[in-house]
Amino acid sequence: MTNQPVNQSTNRLLYTLQIADNALILGHRISEWCGHGPILEQDIALTNTALDHLGQARSLYQHAADMFNALPADEQKTLFSSTALQNKITKGENIDEDDLAYLRDGWDFRNALLAEQPNKDWAYTVVRSFLYDTFNFYFYAALQNSKDVVLAAVAEKSLKEVTYHLRWSSEWMIRLGDGTDESKARVQEALDSYWAYTGELFETTVVDKTALADGIGVDIAAIKTQWQQRVNTVLEEATLTLPTNTWMHSGGKECRHSEHLGYILAEMQFMQRAYPDMEW
Amino acid sequence: MTVHSFQEHFDAKIDNEVMIEPRDWMPDDYRKTLIRQISQHAHSEIVGMLPEGNWITRAPSLRRKAVLLAKVQDEGGHGLYLYSAAETLGITRDEMYDQLHTGKAKYSSIFNYPSLTWADMGAIGWLVDGAAIMNQVPLCRTSYGPYARAMVRVCKEESFHQRQGFEIMMTLANGTDVQKKMAQDALNRWWWPSIMMFGPSDADSPHTAQSMRWRIKRFTNDELRQKFIDVTVEQAKLIGLTVPDPDLKWNEERGHYDFGPINWDEFWNVVKGNGPCNKERLEARKKAWENGAWVRDAAMAHAEKRKARKENKEVKAA
Repeated sequence: MTNQPVNQSTNRLLYTLQIADNALILGHRISEWCGHGPILEQDIALTNTALDHLGQARSLYQHAADMFNALPADEQKTLFSSTALQNKITKGENIDEDDLAYLRDGWDFRNALLAEQPNKDWAYTVVRSFLYDTFNFYFYAALQNSKDVVLAAVAEKSLKEVTYHLRWSSEWMIRLGDGTDESKARVQEALDSYWAYTGELFETTVVDKTALADGIGVDIAAIKTQWQQRVNTVLEEATLTLPTNTWMHSGGKECRHSEHLGYILAEMQFMQRAYPDMEW
Repeated sequence: MTVHSFQEHFDAKIDNEVMIEPRDWMPDDYRKTLIRQISQHAHSEIVGMLPEGNWITRAPSLRRKAVLLAKVQDEGGHGLYLYSAAETLGITRDEMYDQLHTGKAKYSSIFNYPSLTWADMGAIGWLVDGAAIMNQVPLCRTSYGPYARAMVRVCKEESFHQRQGFEIMMTLANGTDVQKKMAQDALNRWWWPSIMMFGPSDADSPHTAQSMRWRIKRFTNDELRQKFIDVTVEQAKLIGLTVPDPDLKWNEERGHYDFGPINWDEFWNVVKGNGPCNKERLEARKKAWENGAWVRDAAMAHAEKRKARKENKEVKAA
């Protein structure tokens, strides 16, 4: 189902989920640092970033849930495989932000693989954030022009937050790259490793294409140049080497994930799975 | 002035409720007592991030997750204000961390208990932050200025935490049978450790008399403990939970609740390091510190490089 063209309103829902899933999963990863950061001020800063991502995810899931609830039941049934969601549809119940976050399995998540990669150490975490924040900055800047007023509003609000995220992660790239020999080696290794997940950010899926054609989505091919320039500028100041490997992983945006996502969801969804249908 | 007159001047300030500020003369023991108390308080904030941080990735709804993240972030912020307040007394944050990591400095023993279910996020907010507020509100008037001012900010946020904890408990207590069970189970586990948070009985509290004299402390451990019990028992009733103390009884004459004996053996055991999570908590803090060493070194090295480059530029320009 995931690669087949769908109608306009369903596509808009899937497009919204793609953005929301990125925010939720990356926010989850970043939140794993809470209480364990190398410097108290940075622990607080990262927790704040995790909160920003979570806030974005919530607005987007609420929007997605509204779109979902407006679809005819027959179509709702085709969208997610989760038994818990199917039961809700059968009962004619509306879904909400939590149902989308907590009741879908990995094969219905649309985040890019980069977002779910593990924290490993401070260098990997900074690199993952930097590569993603740079993308996210140009992405939200363009999404402000979406014809979907909710997406445009979320983009406008999020852009302020993402501007700060990008400044934070760029500064850390520079600090680590132009810090000690050890920090330079560590951040270069992390960059070389997570670089292979950047190609997917700019892969245009059917959902992306349709969203762009409908005037609600972003032309991600067009922001790739800006992304590349910004990355180059920061890497240069950080005295780091641009990775030369061009082979890229992909699949997340089309719901084929790495092994990591399953564990993220097992942990995140534990309460809703063990104690279903309750108010918390 | 002679030391004697410095002392008189200091005593007069204390008696007249004039705050002591970092540049003022103060007796060595006053300084030591404050460093011990403020750093212990700061350590409690950052160690306290761990049992709650434990549930961030598993919070049962996105709203609860956001509130919990914000709360744990606040605790980190409290640690920051308090470390800064302690630094005004002539100790560095690194020295305080070292005292924590080597076991020389203590932190609130309550954080050596495990957070086992989601209801623990409610119980910690309601009971642990509730007890902390009882302890901390009087500290907003403590005699040392930077500590008092830090506490004003801390208390504002803590009362929000206490309310959100109570709200989690209330939601559970009004929920399904299993949710009620979860709430009661959390109250059963956290009640006594919360009562112990006020520290040993006045008779066994070595620092109380001097701290009261210096107006660092305003109420004794037992006074605060009684106040906490009186307030909290009523709150438990309100949401239909049972406080796990068979001896709990309203005493008309005293105008307070009588309560059962506190297991001080348990308290001292946990203080000495034998609590369920002492090892894990300290290891987590040490690990964060040790794994962060190269990051701090890099930040320092980079800052020095920048400074050198800037100076170089200025030399050339001149």
